[in-house]
Amino acid sequence: MIPSSWYLILSAVLFSLGVIGFLIKRTLITVFMSIELMLNAVNLSFVTFAHEWHAVKGQIFVFFVMVVAAAEAAVGLAIIIAVYRSRSTLNVDQIDLMKL
Amino acid sequence: MHLILFLIFAGFCLAGAINLLLQTHPINSALSLIVVMSSLAVLYLLLGAEFLAAAQIIVYAGAIMVLFTFVVMLLNVGTEEKTHGSKVAKAIGFPAVVVVLGVIATTLLQAQKQLGRVSLGDSVTTTQDLSRVLFHELLLPFELTSVLILVAILGAVALAQKEGA
Repeated sequence: MIPSSWYLILSAVLFSLGVIGFLIKRTLITVFMSIELMLNAVNLSFVTFAHEWHAVKGQIFVFFVMVVAAAEAAVGLAIIIAVYRSRSTLNVDQIDLMKL
Repeated sequence: MHLILFLIFAGFCLAGAINLLLQTHPINSALSLIVVMSSLAVLYLLLGAEFLAAAQIIVYAGAIMVLFTFVVMLLNVGTEEKTHGSKVAKAIGFPAVVVVLGVIATTLLQAQKQLGRVSLGDSVTTTQDLSRVLFHELLLPFELTSVLILVAILGAVALAQKEGA
């Protein structure tokens, strides 16, 4: 028996770690990984609230988030490959211009 | 039992997430992200979401992370260069993170009495319950996701294609 707020606080901490990773990481791929971490943190709080209120729809929401995350990962990594082709670097400080 | 399992896997989650930030090579970050996602699957099981636990392992820890490690190896990404980064991100970003975390934590601690408790095995959502809602009430959104994935596949192929090919 543990309070469900523990799960929610864990989710908040994971989300904050994701935001910090988004700010401090300098490689495009790890920045993208931090976004995935944030998505996972939000999923955890969805599942906790679904358990709290016995609502199946909360879990269905997580299912849809997973589907969208899979699509997002495929497109995002394709964009990363395209960026690497045109700039030969993945350092975010060197790819801050829209123009080549 | 529940407390021990929660503490172990929440610890794995936090350790993996912190390791993701500390590692300089992307492949190490990717591997620690796999640890985070697998421990999250166990936490879903503790919360009685068995289908989502399986989907978390298969889709996140499996498919998405394989894609990540594949791209890291394909592009042969080296160790991260240390740069100063954006001053704006440091000046506004970090205080904002602390404020957001503080607000969420205080709100949760205040609402702790209204929130219930989780114990092992209460209200398990079976795959049957989940699919009953998914395929009756939410059939249209479910079918729309297949269109979304199809568009994403086409987009990925078009983007990753060599120019002029």
